[in-house]
Amino acid sequence: MRIGFFLKEALRSMRRNPIPSFAAMASVLVTLLVLGVFIPVVQMTTGAANDVRDKVVLDVYLTRDATDAQAERVRELLADRTAHVASVDFVSKEAAYKRERERNPEAYELLGSNPLPDTFRVTPDDPDNIGAIRDALAPATPSGKRTVVDPAIDEVKNRKEETDKILTATSVVKLTMALLCGLLVLASALLVSNTIRLSLFSRRREVEVMKLVGATDWFIRWPFVLEGVILGALGGLLAILLLAVGKIAFIDPLAADFALISAPDTMPLSVLALLLMLAAVAVSALGSGLSLRRFLKV
Amino acid sequence: MAATEQPSRAGGGAPLPRRAPAGPPVVELRNVSKRYEGGDVGLENASLTVNRGEFVFIVGHSGSGKSTLMRLLIKETDISEGTMRVAGRDLADIGRRKVPYYRRNIGMVFQDFKLLPNRTVYDNVAYALQVTGGGRRDIREKVPDILRLTGLSTKLHNYPDQLSGGEQQRVAVARAFVNHPPLLLADEPTGNLDPETSIGIMQLLYRINRTGTTVVVATHDVAMVDQMRRRVIELQRGRVVRDQAGARYAGNEPNTAELGAILQEHLET
Ligand SMILES: Nc1ncnc2c1ncn2[C@@H]1O[C@H](COP(=O)(O)OP(=O)(O)OP(=O)(O)O)[C@@H](O)[C@H]1O
Ligand SMILES: [Mg+2]
Repeated sequence: MRIGFFLKEALRSMRRNPIPSFAAMASVLVTLLVLGVFIPVVQMTTGAANDVRDKVVLDVYLTRDATDAQAERVRELLADRTAHVASVDFVSKEAAYKRERERNPEAYELLGSNPLPDTFRVTPDDPDNIGAIRDALAPATPSGKRTVVDPAIDEVKNRKEETDKILTATSVVKLTMALLCGLLVLASALLVSNTIRLSLFSRRREVEVMKLVGATDWFIRWPFVLEGVILGALGGLLAILLLAVGKIAFIDPLAADFALISAPDTMPLSVLALLLMLAAVAVSALGSGLSLRRFLKV
Repeated sequence: MAATEQPSRAGGGAPLPRRAPAGPPVVELRNVSKRYEGGDVGLENASLTVNRGEFVFIVGHSGSGKSTLMRLLIKETDISEGTMRVAGRDLADIGRRKVPYYRRNIGMVFQDFKLLPNRTVYDNVAYALQVTGGGRRDIREKVPDILRLTGLSTKLHNYPDQLSGGEQQRVAVARAFVNHPPLLLADEPTGNLDPETSIGIMQLLYRINRTGTTVVVATHDVAMVDQMRRRVIELQRGRVVRDQAGARYAGNEPNTAELGAILQEHLET
């Protein structure tokens, strides 16, 4: 293939049509800027939402007179024979008492003795599975009450209200983010492809003439695709530069003050940059290649 | 360079006896009809044959089907009925992907020039070679030659919008002929030009014809057609209503300069 020739053609057309070329590059640039800001924000929000969801736990209270052997049996039951369990923490009645007394000294002063049982704190593999674990440990009876599967277990509690609130709130946040993300990507794709189509539309006569002198479709298409690649790469590079400057100038100083911004699971800028670059080049190359199809049907 | 002129020769069948006996007709239409989607008739049961080396005028009122014939010949659109052959090849057999290769055998000149606006004169002509895979050496050899032939040597680096209409049409002719195609079509090549300039273009086409290239010109310019004394095919609502062999000049076939003089003479009367 004659890459040299096609490259020269692409450069010529950019030189001779600077305005449409600039428009295409600008739309890639703006799109990437918005995406580049939005992607970390989405990641932070979903990260925060996931942190909250990880706090969803199930408390398994043992009977007050449970022996150590019984406690060990229950631990085994939870850890090895119950589905959807991610981890099991044992909180002894002494530890629980100590913690509660610190939190609420007067009340526990009055009580005198320790009313708290040994407890297993069960973390589900997915917060949505918490109900399933509960049903496995304490199946509902026809009368509406719950029995327990082991006599040493007194009660299984999932702090229903809290759990429900957390689950709905976080899934609303996640859904909203996903929706916004989808809309943004759609808007970007439309913007870029429309700009490219416009700039091609102004050159459809040129394409027509090329076909009339006997150029094959690919002979005409390659320079356009290369032009798309070059403009996309330029726009991408500029966007990444601006994002990097913005991060260093504004976000990093702030990150010292706000824990949220330095949340650990936003992807590093280099990965983000690579992703944005790939997207820019692919979208603009495909955009010009595909938009051209209509004009090639002479 | 093939564009040097053959010595003029009088009489006898084809203008260029040396090439006369070879092969099938360059253009052959048999009962060809072309109907457009809206029901407009482009061609209606048209039959005609153009032999190698001929210079043929297609005339007729506006809407008679001249451009339709040209468009069918470069396979910009397809016929509705009949058979159409170019150099013995049935156009129905040429698939969409083969069309670009087919078109490289035909030079085409349009009323509106159809130059590439972003290229210089030189690059416009070179493009026709690049399309066929012609390399840099090929281009450096052929393009200056053809531009000299068409009288554009001083305008190599001008862009189309820096040229007069006549000059633009010369570029278009140069581009059409740079590959030395066996067939050159021109659809009202002088339609946008003043009479003086038109004569120059006609001379150019005549000169190209004398290198052995078959030339078909669609035109409104009846006076010019009469003076040129070439074969004339007249269309009327898509039908061939007249096919008149060229009246001969007294004496020898004129060379390009003489033809120019003849046309000029007519212009002045
Ligand atoms: N693309 C098209 N779609 C529909 N009808 C068409 C199309 N092109 C031409 N026609 C019709 O076909 C007929 C012949 O048109 P054509 O362009 O061949 O005439 P012409 O002889 O070249 O006329 P002119 O001298 O004005 O250029 C006309 O009735 C025209 O309206
Ligand atoms: Mg016409």
